[in-house]
Amino acid sequence: MRRTVFPHKLLPWLLLAPQLAITLIFFYWPAAQAFRQSVLREDPFGLSSQFVGLANFRKVLNDPAYLNALQVTVVFSVLVAFFALGIALFLAVQAEKIIRGKGLYRTMMIWPYAVAPAIAGMLWLFMFNPSFGTLAWPLRQLGINWNPLLDGEQAMALVVAAATWKQISYNFLFFVAGLQAIPKSLLEAAAIDGASRRHAFWTIVFPLLAPTTFFLLVVNTVYALFDTFGIIHAVTGGGPGRSTETLVYKVYNDGFVNLIMGDSAAQSVILMVIVIALTAFQFRFIEKRVHYG
Amino acid sequence: MAHIQLNDLRKSYAGQEVIHGITMDISNGEFVVIVGPSGCGKSTLLRMVAGLEGISAGTISIGDRVVNDLEPRERDIAMVFQNYALYPHMSVRENMAYGLKIAKMPVAEIDARVAKAATMLELEPYLDRKPRALSGGQRQRVAMGRALVREPAAFLLDEPLSNLDAKLRVQMRLQIKELHQRTGQTTLYVTHDQVEAMTLADRLIVMNKGVAEQIATPHEVYTNPASEFVAGFIGSPAMNIFTVRAEAGVAVLPGGQRLPLPGLPASGEVRLGLRPEDMVLVEAGTPAIPVVLKSVEWLGADAFGYGVIEGSEVLMTLRLPGNTVAKRGDRLHVAAAEGRIHLFSPATGKRL
Repeated sequence: MRRTVFPHKLLPWLLLAPQLAITLIFFYWPAAQAFRQSVLREDPFGLSSQFVGLANFRKVLNDPAYLNALQVTVVFSVLVAFFALGIALFLAVQAEKIIRGKGLYRTMMIWPYAVAPAIAGMLWLFMFNPSFGTLAWPLRQLGINWNPLLDGEQAMALVVAAATWKQISYNFLFFVAGLQAIPKSLLEAAAIDGASRRHAFWTIVFPLLAPTTFFLLVVNTVYALFDTFGIIHAVTGGGPGRSTETLVYKVYNDGFVNLIMGDSAAQSVILMVIVIALTAFQFRFIEKRVHYG
Repeated sequence: MAHIQLNDLRKSYAGQEVIHGITMDISNGEFVVIVGPSGCGKSTLLRMVAGLEGISAGTISIGDRVVNDLEPRERDIAMVFQNYALYPHMSVRENMAYGLKIAKMPVAEIDARVAKAATMLELEPYLDRKPRALSGGQRQRVAMGRALVREPAAFLLDEPLSNLDAKLRVQMRLQIKELHQRTGQTTLYVTHDQVEAMTLADRLIVMNKGVAEQIATPHEVYTNPASEFVAGFIGSPAMNIFTVRAEAGVAVLPGGQRLPLPGLPASGEVRLGLRPEDMVLVEAGTPAIPVVLKSVEWLGADAFGYGVIEGSEVLMTLRLPGNTVAKRGDRLHVAAAEGRIHLFSPATGKRL
């Protein structure tokens, strides 16, 4: 490859400056702040602070509420990733079978992705509000004692449903692309070899989709971990009790509602470590898996 | 092994008929090649037999069963695809065993069959490789092996050699021929390559625009083409075909020359077909076609002369002996060898 050499030293820096500025201001600076705050104890008014070492981390990790949030996060993320992937794959496979109106169907499927998380949350909140929700009434007619404002499991189901609904579009897009990349003749060969549609799906299509599925699994996990704050905030606010309080939600709660800055910062540092670990895992694994002949 | 019967087979897409009624009996162990230009419906016909395309009208039977409404897997056939359609995530062994496993065959039997096919196709060293680690020719053989191990009633091949380079194509062609002789499988083979068609086939179906123009042995197709299309399609270089006017047993050539020809109608226009290799040089003075050469291509064993009939723009290709001294601008007198004259109706294109 030919290397372009700029005649003077300033220009490259100038060209990089906007991106560098954005990264510095919106990532490194707040990250550094989080690190600094995580080893400090501050009073709620921000008038004084003292260095406490790793005390914040120790406190956070021994806090039953934090462990609860960790558990809620795992349950929530696994459920969202599982359902978002499963339903999207099912819909993508069905979409492949459509002959007329394929484009329309696909466009409709992609729309939910354009809805902001908080709005999506409100949508689901209104639909399932126990007192005036459009869909709450039929649920009660079915004999379900529907009240996500009191029942933690129902609240979890509601946020999982809202978060899944919003992510299905994204997964659907990738699955459709992945399915299209599988040559039709492979399925024909399988049909002639005697495979039923179901058998061909599990032995041919699903293995060949593995790179797509894995990529989506990681993206969905990260989505469930971080990008669902808006939905949870709008639908349950982490409640009832702490039954839908995920790690990200607890960072917000402790920092901005309870004003325990040190704890909140320590939690964001832990979260940051989790993201970095996940991303590293993703890159190592994807590089091994993504190429198929 | 089984015989295959096609009975007035038709296929329409959205009201548009693309296969116009094909009837044929393929006997047990016969090698039938479906040949034709692209878009003639040859692949569609094969895929209808395979069950990958629906049948609009008519019937297909394999053995003594009508298979119209059977799924591909119930038809007891195996198919080799143009792009091979190997399962990329499975080893060569797994590719070949896939169908047998589905058929719930005992493992020992599967291993034996795969080993046998691998020996026959010289694939033993590659059994544990993935398809992407194989060359084009090896992939092609795996595709053949995957079809072979199933020991089906019929073997369907859809342009299996067209993705290979010329040298490999000749090799694989011979190998396919040999395999067929060894296994005696009823085989249906689609190609657009007339050399493959002529060398492999027991019988040919020459297709054009969804119609079987002629169903016959390669020899019959070459010597007695049933239509102008078949005459022009089979044979290389292509047959010279031009319009002459019949006048009381004499053909008036495009250049105005008069040539007595047997079998001419009493009057009217007729299409005259003469193969380049059936033309002989004759002395000036005897009834002949005068050809003015435009160029000569010397190939070694023989040469091809390209020219026009004197006094016209009608192109003529002649096969000349390798020691010819003919050159551009020469005027040659040629006549068709005895019994090598083809006459076709200008209206229907059918042989007269």
